[in-house]
Amino acid sequence: MAMILSEKIQLYAVTLLKGAGYTISITVLTFCFAIVIGLVFGAIKAYGDRRGGAPKNFTTELVIFVIQRLALWSINIFVEVFRGLPALAVLFILYFGLAYAGLKLDPFTAAVFGLSLIGGAMLTEVFRAGFGAIHAGQREAALAVGMTPMGALRDIILPQTWRVTLPPLANYAIGLLKDTAIVSAIAAPEIMFFARNLVTRTFDTEIIYILVAIIYFCLSFPLARLADRFEKQARQM
Amino acid sequence: MNDQLLIVEDLHKSFGSLNVLKGINLELKRGEKIALIGPSGCGKSTCLRCVNYLEVPNAGHIYLDGELFGEKKTGEDFTSMSEKELSRQRATIGMVFQGFFLWPHLTVRNNVAIAQIKVNGMAKSEAHDLAEQMLKKVHMEHKLDEYPERLSGGQQQRVAIARALAQRPKLLLFDEPTSALDPELVGEVLNTIQELAAEGRSMMLVTHEIAFAREVADRIVFMDDGGIAEQGPAKQVIDNPTHERLKSFLGQMLDRH
Repeated sequence: MAMILSEKIQLYAVTLLKGAGYTISITVLTFCFAIVIGLVFGAIKAYGDRRGGAPKNFTTELVIFVIQRLALWSINIFVEVFRGLPALAVLFILYFGLAYAGLKLDPFTAAVFGLSLIGGAMLTEVFRAGFGAIHAGQREAALAVGMTPMGALRDIILPQTWRVTLPPLANYAIGLLKDTAIVSAIAAPEIMFFARNLVTRTFDTEIIYILVAIIYFCLSFPLARLADRFEKQARQM
Repeated sequence: MNDQLLIVEDLHKSFGSLNVLKGINLELKRGEKIALIGPSGCGKSTCLRCVNYLEVPNAGHIYLDGELFGEKKTGEDFTSMSEKELSRQRATIGMVFQGFFLWPHLTVRNNVAIAQIKVNGMAKSEAHDLAEQMLKKVHMEHKLDEYPERLSGGQQQRVAIARALAQRPKLLLFDEPTSALDPELVGEVLNTIQELAAEGRSMMLVTHEIAFAREVADRIVFMDDGGIAEQGPAKQVIDNPTHERLKSFLGQMLDRH
C-alpha cells in the first residue's frame, strides 16, 4: 500500500470528518440539555427558598416548605456529585454499569446523557450566579407593575441573566466540544474514535493526530471568537 | 361605596424574631396624600411594602377600594389567593422605589410600556403611545429611546414614576423616592411628585424630606418602633408636635438641613 502523502491526508481526513459530524451532534445536543437543566435548577437554587407572594393556609405552607427543601437538597446533591466525578467515570457507569443492571444504552445516548448531567451541574452554578447578580429590586419592580413571578422571570430577569451568563456559556461550549473526545472510550464513533482506529491500522500516528488537532481547532476557533464578542458586549453593559 | 380607598387593619410583620410592625391601623381617603415619617428602622418602608404585598404581612388585612387585598375571605376564614389574582390586584397600585429599579435591558419607552403589553395585553403601538403620554407628564419625553443607564438618577426616578402612572393606578406608593439621589437632583423629582399630588391622586409616601411632606401631604403619620406614634394634618403635626419622640425626631431632621 504505497500512497503518497497527499492521498493519505485526503483519505484520513474524510474518515475523521465523519467523526466530526458525530462530535458536533453530541456537543449540540449536550449543550441544549445542559442549558435546560442549568436554567431550571439554577432558578430553583436562586429563588427556591423564597416565599411566594400570596399567603396560604398552614397546611399548604408546610407542603410548599417541604417541597422547596427537598428540591434544593436534591439539586445540591446533584451538583456536588456531577461536579465531583470525572466525566470518564460517569460515562463508564452509564454505559457499562447500567448495562450490567440490564439497561443497555447505545454509546451516543450514554455520551449525551452523561455529558448533559455533568454540564447541567456546572451550568446550574453559572445560572444561579447569573440570577444572583440581578438586584432583587428588579424583580420587585416587575411584580409591582402586575407581572406574575413567572412573567417577571421571563420578561425581566432572564433577558438580563443572558448578558451575564453568555460568556461562561460560550466557554462551556468550547470545553464541551473538546471534552467529547473522551466518549471514544465507550466507542462512540466521534473524531478520536476514528483517529484511534486509523492509527492501529496504518501506524501513521503523527499525520492522523495533526489532522485531529486541525479539525478540533477549526471547530473551536469560531466558538472562541463568539465567546470573545459576548464578553466584550457584557463588559459594555 | 364609601370614600375610603385604602384600609390597613391591624398589620403585623416580623422578620424572624424581629417585630417590625406591631399592629398598624391606617385609612386613606380617595384623593388623600399621606406621608409616613419616622426614624430609620421604625417600619415605615415595610408598612408601605405590605400594602401591595411585596412583603406578606404576618397578621392583619389590607383593603383597597372596598376589596380585600392579597387574600380571599370565605365565611370567617381568610384564605390564599393565587399568584395570578394577586398580580392583577398589584397592577392597580403603582410603586416607586428608592433605587428606581428601571429595567436596564429595555429603553425608557419600553420600561413604561412593557407591563401594559405583557400584563394587560395592550397592542404595542397603543402601549407606546400611552408610554409617551406618561413620559410627557414627568417631562422625560425627550429620552424615549434612551436606555436607563444613560440617564441621571433624577431622570431615572421620573421614568420610574411614569412607569407607575402607566398602570393607571388607584393608589401610588412612594418608598423614599429621593433618598438615593444626589442633592441637586432631589428637586426635579419632588416637583414631579408635587404635580401629581395637585392632580388629586391618592398617594402614600415614605420620605425623609420633612419640608416636602409638610407641603404636599394632607396628613402626616409619624411611626416609631413599629407603631403609629402620632398622626394628623401635615402642618399641625410638623409645626406643633405633641409626642416627645416626634419632637426630638423633627429636631434632628431640621438640624441636618
